[in-house]
Amino acid sequence: MDNSVVSLMLDSFWKILKPGLQMTIPLTLLSFAFALVIATVTALVQEAKIPVLRQLARFYIWVIRGTPLLVQLFVVFYGLPSLGILIEPFPAAVLVFSINEGAYSAETIRAAIESVPRGQLEAGECVGMSWLQTMWRIILPQALRTAFPTLFNSLISMVKDTSLAANITVTEMFMQTQRIVARTYEPLVLYIEVGIIYLLMCTILTKVQAWGEKKLNARGYQRSAA
Amino acid sequence: MTTILKFNDIRKSFGELDVLKGIGLEVNKGDVVAILGPSGSGKTTLLRCLNFLERADSGSIVFDGVQYDAAKATKKEIRALRMKTAFVFQNYNLFANKTAVENVMEGLVTARRVRKEEAKAKALETLEKVGMLDWANHYPIQLSGGQQQRVAIARAIATNPDIIFFDEPTSALDPELTGEVLSVMKTLAQEGMTMLVVTHEMKFARQVATRTVFMENGVIVEEGPTKEVFEHPREKRTQEFINRMEMDDF
Repeated sequence: MDNSVVSLMLDSFWKILKPGLQMTIPLTLLSFAFALVIATVTALVQEAKIPVLRQLARFYIWVIRGTPLLVQLFVVFYGLPSLGILIEPFPAAVLVFSINEGAYSAETIRAAIESVPRGQLEAGECVGMSWLQTMWRIILPQALRTAFPTLFNSLISMVKDTSLAANITVTEMFMQTQRIVARTYEPLVLYIEVGIIYLLMCTILTKVQAWGEKKLNARGYQRSAA
Repeated sequence: MTTILKFNDIRKSFGELDVLKGIGLEVNKGDVVAILGPSGSGKTTLLRCLNFLERADSGSIVFDGVQYDAAKATKKEIRALRMKTAFVFQNYNLFANKTAVENVMEGLVTARRVRKEEAKAKALETLEKVGMLDWANHYPIQLSGGQQQRVAIARAIATNPDIIFFDEPTSALDPELTGEVLSVMKTLAQEGMTMLVVTHEMKFARQVATRTVFMENGVIVEEGPTKEVFEHPREKRTQEFINRMEMDDF
């Protein structure tokens, strides 16, 4: 390999990684945490069959899953200001990513809840726990184990999807790379480099997933109902 | 003798199928009632209706002096009733994400706000009673069916219920494991626990039940003191059923 290519990669590595650590990772982790809360509530509302809220949940999932993430980013960042609602780029990105992922994960969690044998809920209610107590202490922990690989899929997807935030002026890794490309005219090397950094981040997450699954398995996880 | 549970005219249908066609019974404190009958006779549905796991279409339940509408009881009423009853399932339904001791503690700590140390002491005491103390920290998946069912019984008695409903507690077990569960139930009966037991174990019914109910096609065909029902049944159907079942035992 050409010496200049190596030195370009080395020079730019920290410059690209820095916004990765400062923007991409916080954006992903914050958004995913909020998304999990939204998703759990949305799934529970449907499982509890609360009249109006349940329809609202379906409507929310329908709209979010049926429109592009990029469009949602633009509506919030470029559209809402015409209604007088101005949101800074980073919070706007967190908002959109949370709401977007919340809709997908709500379905993941709902499916996982429904995969827990019905007898678990009945047993909980028979020892005197309320529906919500049983959900929280018995059903959700088991559902989490089932949903875990799928949720990690979503998390890994989100790491890469945060590059879309460049479109609403969030200076994350990808935007930073574009800027360096504009100065150096080395698109091939730099875009491959940023790709490798995304790959590294996702590799770490894959390891975390394997570790997490092992931890959860130690807590009495059953592959299927006996 | 004091009545602890009395129900009247319980009816339940699933679509076109009438599963319970107006069932009533009175259970006294300390009674061990065996409910016998062929598959599909409505035994399990009856038990589930009494604890509101299934909503009856109509009927009334008087439990511990409080009247409940079997069809329209509120969530609050149902929870109050469940606080004083316990249910043992055919397939155990131990909480898969909790160890044996945690399974027993759950109803105490979460539902009844008992302090954790106190609940743990009580849980260990009941586990010892069913011979499962050595397995306290095992998860359900690590236990045999008979062991799981004994933990489920410990979970049922830990909350000091006024009555325990047993829904075919040994039907999912290998024959060699039913004995350990039945002997625990026998001990409970001897201690005066009120029990309503749906079962196919004729020997258990004969030896342990104070009263026996024979159900068929959604109605009670016959009920009375166990000795009478087994030895001098009034109804021909009861006689036939008992003969057939006891033949299978040999």
